[in-house]
Amino acid sequence: MKLELAQREVNGSRNARSWRTILLGNGQLMAGVFIFALVMAVALFADGLALRPYDAMDLGNRLQPPGTGGPLGTDQFGRDLFSRVVYGSRIALRVGLIVVTIETVLGVTMGLFAGYYGGWVDRVIASVTDVTWALPPIVLALAIVTALGPSLNNVIIAIALVSWAGYARLIRTKTQGLKNMPFVEAARALGESDLSIMFRYILPNTFGLVIVLATLSLPGAILSTTALSFLGLGSQPPAPDWGVILNEGIRHLYDAPWISVFPGLAIVCTALGFNLLGEGLRDVLDPRMKV
Amino acid sequence: MLEYSVRRLALGVLTVLAVTLVLFSVMQLMPGDPIRLLADPGRVPPHRIEELQRQWGLDRPVAVQYLYWLGNLARGNFGHSIISGQSVSVLIASRLPFTLVLALTSLLLHYLLAVPLGLLAAVRSGSRLDRAIVVITTALRTIPGFWLAILLMLLFAIRLRWFPISGYQGLSSLVLPVATLTLPMLGGTVRLTRAEVLETIGERFVLTAYAKGLGHRAVRLRHVLRNALIPVTVMFFLSLPWVVGGSVIIENIFAWPGMGRLLWGSITNQDLPVVQGIIMVIAILTVVCNTIGDVISGLLDPRVRIELEEGR
Repeated sequence: MKLELAQREVNGSRNARSWRTILLGNGQLMAGVFIFALVMAVALFADGLALRPYDAMDLGNRLQPPGTGGPLGTDQFGRDLFSRVVYGSRIALRVGLIVVTIETVLGVTMGLFAGYYGGWVDRVIASVTDVTWALPPIVLALAIVTALGPSLNNVIIAIALVSWAGYARLIRTKTQGLKNMPFVEAARALGESDLSIMFRYILPNTFGLVIVLATLSLPGAILSTTALSFLGLGSQPPAPDWGVILNEGIRHLYDAPWISVFPGLAIVCTALGFNLLGEGLRDVLDPRMKV
Repeated sequence: MLEYSVRRLALGVLTVLAVTLVLFSVMQLMPGDPIRLLADPGRVPPHRIEELQRQWGLDRPVAVQYLYWLGNLARGNFGHSIISGQSVSVLIASRLPFTLVLALTSLLLHYLLAVPLGLLAAVRSGSRLDRAIVVITTALRTIPGFWLAILLMLLFAIRLRWFPISGYQGLSSLVLPVATLTLPMLGGTVRLTRAEVLETIGERFVLTAYAKGLGHRAVRLRHVLRNALIPVTVMFFLSLPWVVGGSVIIENIFAWPGMGRLLWGSITNQDLPVVQGIIMVIAILTVVCNTIGDVISGLLDPRVRIELEEGR
């Protein structure tokens, strides 16, 4: 145990010193950071980038191909597709971040309690996750959205509710490993309460894992929410949600295929960026991390 | 092993029961009132509405409704569709084969492609080929299924006219939906196979096999691949429900007459009995597959079996 701790310290200081070399030397991470920065910039400066408001119609310019009708063409109402895709990044990022925040808070708390207390607390939480896993996530999400009614907020709730269990399991394992460490025993000896030990001593030691998990689950969150919006259950028109645009585009596959191409490209770019970022972070923080 | 299987089975039954409870509660929370859909309160007299409520059992206490529903479920009676009046089990039975054909074909095809690719990547590990295989299959995973479906439609149905764009007109209709489900799945299995093969190659029994004078081919196929495939086989059962879940969206894009499309139509019509029935079928399928997956991993891998027997 001591040796392992010492080893960790050595690794830690090495990491701190050559932080920059590690970052720059990791192509995956750099590519991820670049795409992430790009998507964030598009979302932040959407007002400046977009050529027109996302819902400005121009019925004289319906279904114009890219080039003649703006950089990415226009849709069935003559709206500028480029502007819609640009504004869509805001919805995607906001929705992704909210979903990931909810599932992180829920999953980490559950995992901490299950791992720290063990016994019946662990068993209750384990059976809740078992039930969550007894349905494919998209089916469970459909059931929840059906019950709550279709809206973007309900989609966010549904996706967060079906995906926290993965966090809980990983954090539980990590907590079980940490709770018998000398520093936790020391804290207990000093009279710290269980809650304080969980959230002030164990939780900070799981941050690396949590950051990697959150980054890696963001693409999934964006994919699932756009899928539900695509099915007409999430964002409603005229919102420039990428899923909504794709849903509108599928009716114009023959006469305006570009409507169906560009929002998908935006989804793939964003998802790829966060995947690269997450995997890069994992390699930098702890290559042996199992996520 | 037998004791473990029985225990695992009991756990599965409990999980299904829990799912029925959750499902029933979720459906109780639904804002829509099916009776209102059947009979407009403005035009239908109140006594007739009460009669309808009695007929559907909607005037009983919630707990009674649940037990009644559960009892029927156990007898394979999923009730009747509120919209069409057809028996839900008959409805599902007419659609389930389409979904299973779609899911199983995709799953099998994905194994036929992913396992050789994973083995190739592992055997040539570190080479350009290895990197290309891993990068391409992983990139496919980030493409959302519904967009991949649209791209395939644009290319193969509209531009090239090789396959029908949607609906069910024989085997050629199966190609695009199967491709949509198969391609994104490759990445995970290629990585799993590759990692397992690489891990197995380092085992001592592989060295022994070489020491016996066996050739590369024999060692790779008979000793390495056979062991590396254990987790891959288990994954087959674990992923079947996921593929069925994924097909819910894909079936709707391709107008494939399966269970996913039925589920979709029933959700928009608030046809509760049908929605409940389909979700129950998928839940049972999931639990059964998970149980089989767990039991099989014990059967195939003596190490897991020993661990299980000693651990309990």
